[in-house]
Amino acid sequence: MNRPGVDRSGTGGAAAPATGSGRIRTPLPFPTAAKPAVADAQLRANLHRATRTIRAKRARVVDEVPDWEALRDAGSAIKADVQRRLPELLEQFEASATAAGATVHWARDAAEACRIVVALTRAAGADEVVKVKSMATQEIELNEALEAAGIAAYETDLAELIVQLGEDTPSHILVPAIHYNRAQIREIFQRRMPDAPPDLSDEPAALAEVARAHLRRRFLSARVAVSGANFAIADTGTLVVVESEGNGRMCLTLPETLISVVGVEKLLPTFTDLEVFLQLLPRSSTGERMNPYTSMWTGVTPNDGPQAVHVVLVDNGRSAVLADPVGRPALSCIRCSACLNVCPVYERAGGHAYGSVYPGPIGAILSPQLTGVADNASLPYASTLCGACYDVCPVKINIPEILVHLRQQAPHPVAEKATMRVLAWVMRSPRRWATALRLARVGAGPLGAYRERRSGARTLRRLPWPASAWTRSRDLPLPAPQTFREWWEKQ
Amino acid sequence: MTARDEILARLRTALADSPPPVHVPRRYRRVHDRPDLVEVLIDRLEDYRAVVHRGIDALAGLLAEVDRLAVPTDIPADWLAGYAGQVRRDAPPLSPAELDVVDAVLTGCAVAVADTGTIILDTGPAQGRRALTLVPDRHICVVRTDQVVGLLPEALARLDPRAPQTWISGPSATSDIELNRVEGVHGPRRLEVVLVGLDDPLGR
Repeated sequence: MNRPGVDRSGTGGAAAPATGSGRIRTPLPFPTAAKPAVADAQLRANLHRATRTIRAKRARVVDEVPDWEALRDAGSAIKADVQRRLPELLEQFEASATAAGATVHWARDAAEACRIVVALTRAAGADEVVKVKSMATQEIELNEALEAAGIAAYETDLAELIVQLGEDTPSHILVPAIHYNRAQIREIFQRRMPDAPPDLSDEPAALAEVARAHLRRRFLSARVAVSGANFAIADTGTLVVVESEGNGRMCLTLPETLISVVGVEKLLPTFTDLEVFLQLLPRSSTGERMNPYTSMWTGVTPNDGPQAVHVVLVDNGRSAVLADPVGRPALSCIRCSACLNVCPVYERAGGHAYGSVYPGPIGAILSPQLTGVADNASLPYASTLCGACYDVCPVKINIPEILVHLRQQAPHPVAEKATMRVLAWVMRSPRRWATALRLARVGAGPLGAYRERRSGARTLRRLPWPASAWTRSRDLPLPAPQTFREWWEKQ
Repeated sequence: MTARDEILARLRTALADSPPPVHVPRRYRRVHDRPDLVEVLIDRLEDYRAVVHRGIDALAGLLAEVDRLAVPTDIPADWLAGYAGQVRRDAPPLSPAELDVVDAVLTGCAVAVADTGTIILDTGPAQGRRALTLVPDRHICVVRTDQVVGLLPEALARLDPRAPQTWISGPSATSDIELNRVEGVHGPRRLEVVLVGLDDPLGR
């Protein structure tokens, strides 16, 4: 793998950036995984309706901010500064949080992070935890690890609850149950919630009410909560969680023990930097001026909230992302999911096709960098490179540029390499190129004329293997009857 | 090598290309120049289905329909003038179960942000512990007009990061079902804001 500027020869020993593990790999190549989703009309309709709704909401609230571009510039620069100073900022965060009464733990990978959370839960004498929606805990497959250790994990975010009860996996960073409509959610609740009334309607308000009743007792009696964090403030040791329902506040406030799993890239240098990110995040993610609830805590506050506060700082491949100067800005992502909602590929394929917990355009650049490109080689191709994701990104991550960069690193099949070598030889000489075009035209001439008579278009719908890999999802245009150069010479 | 040392060493190795220092351009607005901040705040609060009342006199009417009221220990006595219901002071601290059966909680706040319709509690005067404003189903919050600022940067400048903070923008809500906004999930389902102006002697 070509990572400029970094010695990967092994002389760095254990300190060489290492790739991550957990649910960030595609079990199947993207085109294979996307096939059933693209064929599912109900799923496509659900996705289309949801992404169209949120696109419109986002555009409306972004339009009313006159200094939106200035905020994006600041957000992008603050994140670049964080990446440049990440080791020192992490040390500063650890010192500040520890001074405020928190205990800071470090995890090299998913398994180590899970082991720490399991040990802390056991030490607290609990056999169940309540969970705030968190991408980091999804990434490290914490629920599975807790279950294996005999600890029940209860998701408390409505969408995560729907997904958990449906024995499904999240398909969107912000709205994990985006692939379900109200009738499907009602069906899951009736099947899996013993306390759901038999005549439950599929009105969103009625469904939310049932979820409230279902979780209320659990909140009031929980002893250990597990969360992520949207931001971790280096100079004060403060953690920040933004949410809407109040389930976050319940988990962050009522239990005795709070364990927060935080990716090392979540740092911000100062408390003041929140003035940028708390403007960018809600408008970009839910299309609101501000999310209903934001919670901030700094270590332990005597007689208020959890009296045992733990922070687990997780690498799990982030150091490998940091090692690539071109791909590094993927660590700026604040998980707003604006890029998912504008992506024509996500809108049709849905989140599950990406395999990773990070779907959509950001997932297509983040997951392969976290795992190593060779292990996720199809994801950088899950894009049309239309650039809509770059336009909406609140921290200006140039996703198309990184996609192209990662495509260059992906291993290419021998046949493709050979084809490209021949093509390069042909294209190096104008004479060889003109001859090749003439041959192609002569070869395809009768076929083109035939197709034009049959369907009015000079395209082929289906080719035999191996060219079927191309025509499975695209038509193949046939050569024009004359080239532009030939036409020009005749004029 | 400990996990800590190994991760820090990995990150330092990853930065072997020595990225140049970054200048952070802060050309965004720091101060809201609109003169009608309180009106903007009301508009934003109502957009998120909070109920807004003007003047401390409105408080008595609101409380008249509340039988059991939780309050922080340092609640201004004026706010409860004439209140005939049962007052549950948070001393000794009320348990979650005790908070679950009160009808409402009454608090003040630290700062309110007009631009986003956000009320910030930092457990300072008249606010109490975090659980107090979380478990009861109805939150009545008194906001003084001198606590209203225009933009987030103005609010952050007034806050102490070390105090636990709860930022509230409307009542509890979810958009998880077909992205339809539904008010009222786990947090208080009703948020009522009593705006008290400086011209009101009881508001100070």
